Amino acid sequence: MNGPEDFELEAAELVRSYVITKGRRLPDEDQLSLITLVTAAPEQVQRPLRLSPEEQRLLDVCSAGYLSVAEIAGHTRLPLGVVRIMLAGLTEAGYLLTRPPVARARLADKELLEEVLSGLRAKFG
Amino acid sequence: MVSGPSLGERPALQTRDYVSGGASQTAVKILVVGHFAVGKTTFIGSISEIEPLSTEETMTRAGQDVDDLKGVRGKTTTTVAMDFGRLTISDRVVLYLFGTPGQVRFVQMWEDMARGALGALVLVDPERLADSFAVIDLIEQYGLDYAIAVNTFDGNPERAEESLREALDLLDDTPVVTCDARDERSSAAALTTLVSYLLARVG
Repeated sequence: MNGPEDFELEAAELVRSYVITKGRRLPDEDQLSLITLVTAAPEQVQRPLRLSPEEQRLLDVCSAGYLSVAEIAGHTRLPLGVVRIMLAGLTEAGYLLTRPPVARARLADKELLEEVLSGLRAKFG
Repeated sequence: MVSGPSLGERPALQTRDYVSGGASQTAVKILVVGHFAVGKTTFIGSISEIEPLSTEETMTRAGQDVDDLKGVRGKTTTTVAMDFGRLTISDRVVLYLFGTPGQVRFVQMWEDMARGALGALVLVDPERLADSFAVIDLIEQYGLDYAIAVNTFDGNPERAEESLREALDLLDDTPVVTCDARDERSSAAALTTLVSYLLARVG
């Protein structure tokens, strides 16, 4: 059962960042970059009640598909650092799946750039 | 939905808000950089398939030369907004465009943005060329390849490319294009120029 939305929002603005994150630190950048794609784990049926309102909100936002870490921060209006820390915790606990961007190699770069270029040309002529 | 989301009632996310092929797509990013009010947000908005989003980060004062805050006693933090948009390229690639001001003091945000970026498009106002120096320095410092897009507003006299290159001290092969950041096709053409250049650099 989710708490009322209003309460959740007030909490986000009145509570200091390190309280929301329960004192956890920023996760490794490679694990949760701005464009790491995140979604709710499929088997997640029952959420434990001990999740904070902010964590519940993050799971709600991630429940219907993939979003980048940056988009999750944008939609929830929580500071980026706070979002990354909470997402890392939720991923560790098994509630979320993350897809980091592929490891960058020169060859991969070339293929990606070719794909981006032909995609842009196809879309905008 | 006419009005933006108010604090009390945020609309639930729609299907189109999500990355359509998130389970299999590779996310890539390109930076759209430039000085304050050069048109970054407009550019991103004209080409993004989602309503551009913004995320804020509170920055602790980094060093003494926090020029904008001079005279504000006791002010030790500042809030930096980063705007971004998204463009589905294909069923294999989704492109994110990130824009943020070019101030040196937002180093943490720059590191987050620059890491893994394909390259950068530097938006330039031909009437305020000097304001672009710091931004170009930063981009070079992070080793990112870039192209220059001169944002031409209405009635803005077009400056000869040669004098602009000289003023910005550009390398001969750095692309310079003019664009109207409000126009989707014009913005897309600038982006295409950048990506062609990036491809030539790795090819």
